[in-house]
Amino acid sequence: MDLDAVLLARIQFAFTITFHIIFPSFTIGLAAFIATLLVRWRLTGREHFRNLARFWTKIFAVSFAMGVVSGIVLSYQFGTNWSNFSVVVGNVLGPLLGYEVLTAFFLEATFLGIMLFGWNRVPPNIHVLSAILVAVGTSLSAFWILSANSWMQTPAGHEIRDGIAYPVDWIAIIFNPSFPYRFAHMFTAAYLTTSLVVLAVGARYLMQGRFTEEAKTMLHMGLGMVAILAPLQVFIGDQHGLNTLEHQPVKVAAIEAHWDGSKPGDLVLFAWPNEKEERNDYQISIPGGASLILKHSTEGLFPGLKEFPRDERPPVVPVFFSFRIMVGMGMLMVALGLIGAWLWFRRTLYDARWYLKYAQYAWPLGFIATLAGWYTTEVGRQPWIAQGILRTKDAVSPVAFGAVLTTLILFVIVYSIVFAMGIYYINRLINYGPKGAATQTPEGVPSRPLQAAEPAAHDAIEKGA
Amino acid sequence: MDAIHYWLPVLWAAIIGVAVVLYVILDGFDLGLGILFPFTPEEERRDVMMNSVAPFWDGNETWLVLGGGGLFVAFPLAYAVIMPALYLPIIIMLLGLIFRGVAFEFRWTAKPNHHFWDQAFAYGSIVAAFMQGVVLGGYLQGIHVENNAFAGGTFDWFAPFPLFTGVALVVGYALLGTTWLIMKTEGELAVNARRWSKYLLLAVLAIMVIVSLWTPLAFDRISERWFTWPNIIYLSPVPILTALAAFGCWYGLNNGREVMPFMSAISLFLLGFVGLAISNTPYLVPPSLTFWDTAAVPESQIFMLVGVLIMLPLILGYTVFVYWMFRGKVREGEGYH
Repeated sequence: MDLDAVLLARIQFAFTITFHIIFPSFTIGLAAFIATLLVRWRLTGREHFRNLARFWTKIFAVSFAMGVVSGIVLSYQFGTNWSNFSVVVGNVLGPLLGYEVLTAFFLEATFLGIMLFGWNRVPPNIHVLSAILVAVGTSLSAFWILSANSWMQTPAGHEIRDGIAYPVDWIAIIFNPSFPYRFAHMFTAAYLTTSLVVLAVGARYLMQGRFTEEAKTMLHMGLGMVAILAPLQVFIGDQHGLNTLEHQPVKVAAIEAHWDGSKPGDLVLFAWPNEKEERNDYQISIPGGASLILKHSTEGLFPGLKEFPRDERPPVVPVFFSFRIMVGMGMLMVALGLIGAWLWFRRTLYDARWYLKYAQYAWPLGFIATLAGWYTTEVGRQPWIAQGILRTKDAVSPVAFGAVLTTLILFVIVYSIVFAMGIYYINRLINYGPKGAATQTPEGVPSRPLQAAEPAAHDAIEKGA
Repeated sequence: MDAIHYWLPVLWAAIIGVAVVLYVILDGFDLGLGILFPFTPEEERRDVMMNSVAPFWDGNETWLVLGGGGLFVAFPLAYAVIMPALYLPIIIMLLGLIFRGVAFEFRWTAKPNHHFWDQAFAYGSIVAAFMQGVVLGGYLQGIHVENNAFAGGTFDWFAPFPLFTGVALVVGYALLGTTWLIMKTEGELAVNARRWSKYLLLAVLAIMVIVSLWTPLAFDRISERWFTWPNIIYLSPVPILTALAAFGCWYGLNNGREVMPFMSAISLFLLGFVGLAISNTPYLVPPSLTFWDTAAVPESQIFMLVGVLIMLPLILGYTVFVYWMFRGKVREGEGYH
């Protein structure tokens, strides 16, 4: 197989997984948010918690459906497009994915049925329990898939015989060196992503003067999470970076665009890494800054890109920039959280329209940061698909160029239609708001997820919005 | 070969067999409803049809992930050969599943302009079912393997037998769909479903006869398996039980039974699967690679087996619980809410 087919297979996988990751990184936190709302409803008896839970459940249903269908595709792509990957690491990675299916996928998919349709059909406590189980399922899913991914970054607990990886110690495989850091980092990212969406929607309703009680709850819960998690995430991310320096130094060198390891690393604020001439063009940097972060001394040394053979370096430009995008988003989140917390403390949050005005546009921050972070870590692992074990170019299937091209085009067309419509429908549900038909009609009348969006559409048309 | 190396792959082949059968039956009836959509233009009835499976479809499709995932876990080499060999049918099937899966959620919001999502549900289901049949046929007709890797062409599956099994699975899923509707709905929809079921049952029986003749004629390994002494005696219960299941279905349809046709249709599928399993054992990649050739190392299979033994009964338990929670007939204008 020639290199072009490898490139196509990579583009296809990048495309399908990029679309997929958007939904779980939202639904992991959203499931927990809905379960929390329902528990608060059971504890306090205050109906607006239930209204909110119902509203977000409709959005959850649409997001989750898109996550499921795009996820099924991935579970087959390991074989269709990366069959040699399956052969070489299947003995080790297979069981991790198998445990994901058994402990997580069935749990979330099955209890989702009750969570979506059981509002009046099952006793309230069973319904609340179902929502909790869905949240547990999404978290377990994250646990296993991040373990598998971390093993690809920092393999452990295995041995190689005749080019094939065999398991030796399952605990060492599951809890491989980068897993605790990656799990903490991604899990926090998922909760942050959801919290930012909740915060933004709450801010939007307050600005519009709609659903004030629900909006305040959303604002408090979303902002509370962001104010705590955003600074925490900075700390976790820093720890993760130190772990990467230990196990994948070349990735860190690419992130910092650090070429010469015999000198301390500068904190490069902007540059265009010139891979051909092994230096940075147009560099603006803080001398010794990267060394200060990574080695806790401006004189500290860490490996530079030149220390690695060219065919073991990742592409520097995408890693360098995606990392900076992630950090930039993170800084915005910290600012949003701390300023909001201060306003809240001063009891001026609801009146600070200048703050709410910006907060309502904060919803994409988490998604952008998550995607940028994944691009950093995945591109940063190249040219390996499993670090030190298998190169990406050796992992592809014996499938014809034309077949991969055809399916890539089909994926682009289908995903463009399906996911654009899905996002449009979610936006419509948010425009319509929590006090939809679902809560105003008598019990027992259909309120299928999304059905409530129907009158919303009519409203929107009438208002010319 | 010691006992562990012998029995673990056999056990794992059985587990994956169970996952595939459960997928075919569970997602079979809900894909079947999509296949019936073009014959049910009335909006209210389409609502009822979708409501009858809406709480379950997601769990049903998870069995497909377990089937594919299980193959990856227990037989990575088989997974690595079969997936590229059936590349296009599998990917097109997945695209079909995307359309019909999201249609469950999107259809309601698009109302009254939901026509597109009705079509997406119908044709997504039909395409997925047809391609699953093509995958089955392409798999049964054999995969060209050299040096433990797929070495055939992109369009090997584009042959009479896989295309026939593609149509066959569409018809079979439609029968599961109509008998499900007999059980879960009432009024004219149930009456229609009963009428369609009879034609579909006859078509399914004709298909089963054709496959039973075609496969031994075309593949020597299969005729040897079935038609040599004493196998022919030991295996005779399979066709006899199939005839009984077909009779049970026909009887149930003609005598107003509501559950019996569905259960009999499931039995037909089970027996068809048993027949195919008998034809191909011990090949996991017919006609060259066996369970043992493609198995993951025992360490991997045992580690995963522990999970299966603990989790599978739990999964079956809560799946039954959810079906039980949503038991009974679905009526027009009444969702499960």
